[in-house]
Amino acid sequence: MMMLTCPNCGVTAEETEFHPGGEAHLTRHGPGSSDDDFEGYLFLRENPRGVHFERWRHAHGCGKWFHAARDTATLEVFGTYSAQTTEPPQEIKDAVSAKRPGWRWRDISDGGA
Amino acid sequence: MRRFSAFAIAREAMRQHTGWNRHWRSPEPRKHYDAIIIGAGGHGLATAYFLGKEHGITNVAVLEKGWLGGGNTGRNTTIIRSNYLQDPSAAIYEKSRSLYETMSQDLNYNVMYSPRGVIMLAQTEHEVRGYLRTAHANALQGVQTEFIPPARVKELVPIINLDGPRYPVLGGLWQARAGTARHDAVAWGYARACSDMGMDIIQQCEVTGITRDGDTVTGVQTTKGDIGCNKLGIVVAGHSGVLAEKAGFRLPIESVALQALVSEPIKPCMDVVVMANTVHGYMSQSDKGEMVIGGGADGYNNYTQRGSFHHIEETVRALVETFPMISRLKMLRQWGGIVDMTGDRSPILSKTPVEGVFVNCGWGTGGFKATPGSGFAMAELMAKGRSPLTDEFSMWRFREGKFIDESVAAGVAH
Ligand SMILES: Cc1cc2nc3c(=O)[nH]c(=O)nc-3n(C[C@H](O)[C@H](O)[C@H](O)COP(=O)(O)OP(=O)(O)OC[C@H]3O[C@@H](n4cnc5c(N)ncnc54)[C@H](O)[C@@H]3O)c2cc1C
Ligand SMILES: [Zn+2]
Repeated sequence: MMMLTCPNCGVTAEETEFHPGGEAHLTRHGPGSSDDDFEGYLFLRENPRGVHFERWRHAHGCGKWFHAARDTATLEVFGTYSAQTTEPPQEIKDAVSAKRPGWRWRDISDGGA
Repeated sequence: MRRFSAFAIAREAMRQHTGWNRHWRSPEPRKHYDAIIIGAGGHGLATAYFLGKEHGITNVAVLEKGWLGGGNTGRNTTIIRSNYLQDPSAAIYEKSRSLYETMSQDLNYNVMYSPRGVIMLAQTEHEVRGYLRTAHANALQGVQTEFIPPARVKELVPIINLDGPRYPVLGGLWQARAGTARHDAVAWGYARACSDMGMDIIQQCEVTGITRDGDTVTGVQTTKGDIGCNKLGIVVAGHSGVLAEKAGFRLPIESVALQALVSEPIKPCMDVVVMANTVHGYMSQSDKGEMVIGGGADGYNNYTQRGSFHHIEETVRALVETFPMISRLKMLRQWGGIVDMTGDRSPILSKTPVEGVFVNCGWGTGGFKATPGSGFAMAELMAKGRSPLTDEFSMWRFREGKFIDESVAAGVAH
């Protein structure tokens, strides 16, 4: 079973204590944005086989949202961090790079349309 | 191709079964094909089959990174039904179901289609209203379904517990011509027919890149070298996001794990398929006697072909409530598949931003039933650039808000 640590309250628990919330760091577009922006925000996802940044809620604990860096092909969790950020903090990026040499933040988005 | 028949079985019985041959060839890839299909699951093979059968395009290769039928095609619980709510869904799923009726004859391959009937239980007032609405919609679409009362459910499924500790059975949506088929045989039958038409099915050949000239596809890079093509069909279910990225676009798809399990074989006890969507579990009995069980999908992105343990527990708990007699059954096997989920729980059969690249994905938890219809429609789309069956399933419908919302009809859609 997958284990996550909630950075808000510090509790480490099994995945059943948490609720997954999908891809993190999406730009939330508001009124006046283009159809493309809205489509991207609402529906288009990176869905990588590998390093994934995602939202989780500590549903059966403190109730707060946080972010996790995880590998979707191995279920390895590289680290969790506060949701109050638009990109993963440097130590999370370093933790991922250490385990997945050659990985770069936003590699996928840069290449995609 | 040597045809199967009662006579062939008798002939082989007389000579110690020495005359059977391989069902398909395993050639090395050629330099160039008119069309390449990525993914030798049921949908990819059916697409190739109908390209040849309906459109005379036989210079085709189907590339598979693992073994043929080893993806979701070989991992599903084989339920076939067409009682969807929206018109575009009813059209493609009913086309598909009707193709299953004659598939064994068409392919000269026994796919064991068993139209034993499927009941979807209504266990809340909301579900009763939902299924009544679906039954009315199906009547207009020409799909034969009916809403049946609890007494009729009990008649069809004597082992069911109608009173349920949590959710009593209030009725059910019954489709008598729905059922099951042998999933492997569907893939094998199509592979054999494709190979017979001269198509190349190349296993252990992973597509690692998609090459373009400007905005037009020119071929693929694979673990067996570069192969050129004029048209490319991406039919890789859970790996659609990975392939789309190689082609340079994103899809409204997320990949999650869906699990199934089977029990030890027991004597015949249930000759229909029962789905209980409120409590998240469904069950049928295989010809070998095993109870085939499935439930809900995991909530997070996952490519591991394993699921979370607590989902098994949830599913089994729900089914023990519904069928108390299974409480002491031993489970033999459990496995997972990577399913490709879209926002409206409907598939994508579409052109893409890259000229010559077509995508068929998003069947999620419920695409086995669609295998022949999907292949039929996808082949037409690839051959002619348009198919009436795929018009509504474009990848751009999300931008326009033209959803084909099937998630209202069923929380789980196997
Ligand atoms: C547990 C479970 C239960 C299910 N139950 C039902 C059910 O009861 N009824 C129903 O209708 N549906 C059900 N489904 C859904 C159904 O299995 C799928 O929708 C359907 O089989 C998808 O078929 P496919 O041919 O598109 O995909 P797959 O059979 O997954 O084929 C895709 C193929 O593409 C290959 N591939 C991927 N990447 C590459 C690459 N880079 N290069 C080359 N090849 C590649 C894969 O190896 C795979 O073989 C279930 C699914 C699961 C997992
Ligand atoms: Zn917490």
